[in-house]
Amino acid sequence: MSEVHAEAAVHAHAAPTGFIRKYIFSLDHKVIGIQYYFLALVAVFVGMFLSLLMRIHLVWPMAHLPLLGEIKPETYLTLLTMHGTIMVFFVLTTAPQSGFGNYVLPIQIGAPDMAFPVLNMLSFWTTFLSFVIMLAAFFVEGGAPLHGWTGYAPLSAIPSAGPGQTLGADLWIISIAVFCAASLMGALNFITTTLDLRARGMSLMRLPLTCWSWFITAILGLLAFGVLAAAGILLLLDRNVGTSFFVPGGLVMTGVPVKHQGGSPLLWQHLFWFFGHPEVYIAILPGMGVASQVLSTFSRKPIFGYRAMVYAMLSIGILGFVVWGHHMFMSGMSPYSAFAFSVMTMAIGVPSAIKTFNWLGTIWRGRVRFYTPMLFAIGFVSLFVSGGLSGPFLAQPQLDINLHDTYFVVAHFHLIMGVAAIFGIFAGTYYWFPKMFGRMMNERLGQAHFWLTFIGTYAIFMPMHYLGIAGHPRRYSQLTEVKFLEPLMSLQEFITIAALITIGAQIIFVINLFWSMFKGAKATANPWEATTLEWTVPSPPPHDNFGGRVPVVRHGPYEYAVPGAARDYVMQNEESTVPAHS
Amino acid sequence: MATLTHPVTVEEREPRTGGIMPPPAPPRDGKSEGPGPGFTPADRLRRYRIGLAVGLTPVLMLFVSFTSAYIVRQGLGDDWSAIALPPILWMNTIILLASSVTAEKARRMAGIAQESGGLWLGITLILGLGFLAGQWIAWKQLAAQGIFIASNPSSSFFYLLTGSHGAHLVGGVLALGYAALATRFHRPPETRRIVVDIATWYWHFMDLLWLYILGLVYLAQ
Ligand code: HEM
Ligand SMILES: [Cu+2]
Repeated sequence: MSEVHAEAAVHAHAAPTGFIRKYIFSLDHKVIGIQYYFLALVAVFVGMFLSLLMRIHLVWPMAHLPLLGEIKPETYLTLLTMHGTIMVFFVLTTAPQSGFGNYVLPIQIGAPDMAFPVLNMLSFWTTFLSFVIMLAAFFVEGGAPLHGWTGYAPLSAIPSAGPGQTLGADLWIISIAVFCAASLMGALNFITTTLDLRARGMSLMRLPLTCWSWFITAILGLLAFGVLAAAGILLLLDRNVGTSFFVPGGLVMTGVPVKHQGGSPLLWQHLFWFFGHPEVYIAILPGMGVASQVLSTFSRKPIFGYRAMVYAMLSIGILGFVVWGHHMFMSGMSPYSAFAFSVMTMAIGVPSAIKTFNWLGTIWRGRVRFYTPMLFAIGFVSLFVSGGLSGPFLAQPQLDINLHDTYFVVAHFHLIMGVAAIFGIFAGTYYWFPKMFGRMMNERLGQAHFWLTFIGTYAIFMPMHYLGIAGHPRRYSQLTEVKFLEPLMSLQEFITIAALITIGAQIIFVINLFWSMFKGAKATANPWEATTLEWTVPSPPPHDNFGGRVPVVRHGPYEYAVPGAARDYVMQNEESTVPAHS
Repeated sequence: MATLTHPVTVEEREPRTGGIMPPPAPPRDGKSEGPGPGFTPADRLRRYRIGLAVGLTPVLMLFVSFTSAYIVRQGLGDDWSAIALPPILWMNTIILLASSVTAEKARRMAGIAQESGGLWLGITLILGLGFLAGQWIAWKQLAAQGIFIASNPSSSFFYLLTGSHGAHLVGGVLALGYAALATRFHRPPETRRIVVDIATWYWHFMDLLWLYILGLVYLAQ
């Protein structure tokens, strides 16, 4: 086989020239990564907008909003459902894994592209399609569904259950099913690429922790999304052809007896949370990878306990699959199984603590450079800890029964999975932006963005713990006139104002992003003096990453502060080295 | 702590421009040593096989989920009344098993002998379509008895499992058709081999999956 032929075999596409092949239906993992990123950016603004409407409604329920007018209870539930769904699927699952992973993973392992470029393009456009279907739910008759992002049956299974529960709910389910298909294609590509396309010398124990986190996340996705798809199919059948997998017998819905009988709403919960719990790790693991990478680079120190970090991520991944029942303590499950789920959930605290300890160990006595990516990585650790601390409380069935449907849970999951993951995304954005666009982001705007977001986040979500303990329920539309909640209303107002300011601060980010893309200072190949392979190629990298040459890896990913080396870092492919006295 | 051995000089460069280009790649000798991007046909075949194995995992998870729903639902309430399986299922099973044999024949020809195996692929394709038609007839027969998808939980699962399997099998038929076309039109033989290989393994998997489903619905009787 000729040389050219061989090259084509791995990189089945030459550099395209036309606009459409280059930017729309591109096969280049870098373009696809950026496409995913921008999709998530659009989604996060939709999601934030919905949350803002909710927050405003919570404290000023009678306010007349432009276009919407006064928000009705069912509209509130619609906002809640779509906010949660869009954030979880199209932001937290899309940006850190499909966005950054696509862009960075092949370069970090020394590959010219993903293993299956055509599949990669398909998975992006399938995700896009899924997003369009999801948004379409807003515009059909009855509007978007109101069954919450968990789609609990029988509310979700019966079209007459509410205004959005007819076509809107069908679109919601179809969108999720399409999203499952897209994610599975993506996971397949990530796993095969990591297993099979590593450059010579890139052994598994030399993989950057980012690659480990994308790899483990892909495995979780591979196992979890198939289950969600199965649940979605059953739900669609229940809704449209009259089966009764999830609908119990004897149900009366809006005054009309339901025909179905014998199904089990609990079955939906099992299937959903078997996906749902791993999903929260799908959201957070890539953030852990990015945080590790950034903390090490900007502390000029190797990762403290690299192997422990890898094993911690692996055990989080494995344990993530056996704890789904902790979302169902309220469902009347047997106390024995509740006990088992509780114990296993607490066990996840161990690898999580190892990770936190090692992050702190990495910064400890480092020569820390406080650039924006570093600030967001530290912010990630901070949010991970403050959100994580409430986990063990909720893992106690007795406590959870009191706290479950209150703002305590809203505080917990927003801190740990919502904003911690968002901070991971920001850290990654500021860190890889120079590589992706060949320009630096503005440092001063970045710092302002960080501090406003960091303080704002705590101002929004910390007080919610208190609200929850004081008994403020969640998922309710209009509670300003409820007597026992009256003392809490000023706190609610404070939260809403904090949310307004924090969301406003994101405009700084958007300005910085687009301004820097065109006007930022030119970036060198390795502006952060980092060690992994993506920093060995120009910014932005050429079409096939390494210009037809295949890198050879000679070092681990975090060789900072190597005693006696000429510089304080050694790049992974460097032939370098150190004077004999070391 | 990382320590490095053999001394070599490091070029000086200005701060904040640490990037260096990778050393030239070692000559490609057609063999890949150790882990690394593969360039040979064998490497590509391996990559596609890994991809297939990975890609079949979620299919497995889908049916694992259906199975657990099946077990849970069967244990609930007393509304479960098993359906009598249409006898044509046995013939369909034999057709599907035969098609795996012919597919394997094509795979071996494309692999070792580098022949096209197009004829055997064609036969497999026909058998595959025969199986799908047979499944359709089974559905018709049930419907004629008044047993529809929503009639009873057991019939729900029958339609669900056979339907999902059938949908996946349609994918296999498309893959086989693509492989058959690939053997007719000029493709490099190594690519042809990959296409036939992957389509066949997928087909074998669908075959096993059918045996599993058959066992599941048979036991519920
Ligand atoms: C801008 C910051 C955010 C604000 C102000 C915000 C606000 C809210 C509010 C007010 C609720 C409804 C609480 C209730 O009535 O029970 C909610 C629910 C929710 N949020 Fe957020 N949120 C934000 C960001 C996020 C992010 C980043 C995620 C991603 C995980 C997220 C995921 C969810 C989920 C899953 C729900 C529950 C939906 C349901 O119960 O169906 N949120 N959020
Ligand atoms: Cu969980």
